[in-house]
Amino acid sequence: MLKLTSLSKRYKTGDEALKQVDLEVPIGQVLGLIGPSGAGKSTLIRCINRLVEPTSGSVTLNDVELTQLGSRRLRKSRRKIGMIFQEYALVERLSVMENVLSGRLGYVGFWSSWFRRFPQSDITEAFRLLDRVGLAHMVDKRADELSGGQRQRVGIARALIQDPELLLVDEPTASLDPKTSRQIMRLICELCEERDLSAIINIHDVALAKMFVQRIVGLQLGSIVYDGKPSNLDASVLTQIYGEEDWEATIETVDDDDDDTETFTS
Amino acid sequence: MTNATAEPVEIRRWRKPPAIERPWLRYGLLVGTLVYLYFAVGSYDVNWARVAEGLDRGWQFIKAFANPDFVSRKSDFIEGMTESIIMTVTSTVVGILISIPIALGAASNLAPLPIYIFCRAIIALSRALHEIIVAILMVAIFGFGPLAGFITLSFATIGFLAKLLAEDIEAMDKSQAEAIQATGASWLQWINYAVQPQVMPRLIGLSIYRLDINFRESAVLGLVGAGGIGATLNTAFDRYEFDTAAAIIITIIVIVMALEYLSSIIRARIQ
Repeated sequence: MLKLTSLSKRYKTGDEALKQVDLEVPIGQVLGLIGPSGAGKSTLIRCINRLVEPTSGSVTLNDVELTQLGSRRLRKSRRKIGMIFQEYALVERLSVMENVLSGRLGYVGFWSSWFRRFPQSDITEAFRLLDRVGLAHMVDKRADELSGGQRQRVGIARALIQDPELLLVDEPTASLDPKTSRQIMRLICELCEERDLSAIINIHDVALAKMFVQRIVGLQLGSIVYDGKPSNLDASVLTQIYGEEDWEATIETVDDDDDDTETFTS
Repeated sequence: MTNATAEPVEIRRWRKPPAIERPWLRYGLLVGTLVYLYFAVGSYDVNWARVAEGLDRGWQFIKAFANPDFVSRKSDFIEGMTESIIMTVTSTVVGILISIPIALGAASNLAPLPIYIFCRAIIALSRALHEIIVAILMVAIFGFGPLAGFITLSFATIGFLAKLLAEDIEAMDKSQAEAIQATGASWLQWINYAVQPQVMPRLIGLSIYRLDINFRESAVLGLVGAGGIGATLNTAFDRYEFDTAAAIIITIIVIVMALEYLSSIIRARIQ
């Protein structure tokens, strides 16, 4: 479904962020991308929707070669790729509803979006998604009035209203407390399952990744050094990805016992 | 408390290193500056007899503020004020409308290099030429009257607003912009959803501030024939009608203070 072929990125500063990366993600797979800071995780997902322009290599999504597209067709393809960000990246002075509806910008004309006159079907879907993430009572609140976990849920709704085929998720829990982190990761994975969505999730928290994803890819200095099941992540693999450290505590399986689904229905 | 048997600890002194390291340069610059200032101030030649005479004239002027005359030149006064207000409002609105596209073009994170250079050049030109100089040129082209003042102030507004707005756009949060870009939004939608919300408070604040500046400038432009209350003020001075001049100046002060108050209210409301 998504296929990266010898994807490389060299920044103007000369840093080689990605070196000939090959990766294939089938439909419905949630993939956790781990690796030390500066390994190229952010660059990799940004090269997919070309927020960062790759230097060479190809990215194909459902047989569309994204790296060759002109700006109009690129925008059309971006609609099918939802993105969730580390610091939520909500437009702070817009309301929750405006932020969610901004996910439809690729589908509506300029004047409709200027006057905030979105098709009723989009508005109905926005309410449905806000219900799903437990924020239906917040529609007209400004985004900067929300807590971190609430903001990230708005970010998730914005990505999903695009009706994407692929989710790119950049450190979704890095600014959240441990409990909210789990809730957000669980929400993302549930939604992917419901919609048969593929996702690439950049994540620092290895233990958290092991709890939720089906496949782990380890990136180091722009190259893939591990690709396999979360259960096969052991001390030697983590040492290979991150360097020497005592990994015992990280490898220990964490019980996913706190059931907090009720918070989404409040 | 102190252990008498311990060996004496060496005292380590510290002084902030001077900004200019070489002492001769440091003191040389200081002495040079003082000498220059002494001779520069000394170059003004003061005619004390003229000052004694002038003090009296100045006092007349200040006394006029005690009983300003709003009535004897009433029609000139109202006409001038109306002209000034019309000039202020129209030039501010037109200036803002032209500034916005120029600001977008002058933001290095939005515009390609050729457009950036072009827009920055317009801003530089507008800022390099003082209102009075532009006004003299506009009076030469369009003749005496408020049209010249209107064009002058619109032009000056562009340099001011476009520059400061462009700087705010350059300082915007990149991740919000990225997020809207990732949705597949067009360029105009991106400006409307990602850029505009971030810079709107600044744009409103600057616009009100500029309205205030344009009103004050409109009072000065009349001195070179570009219409407005300045023309009335100039005539009053020429005729030594200090009481009428005082009335005009008091009105200007009141209006500027009212605008200041209004802008503080509005700026507190937005954010």
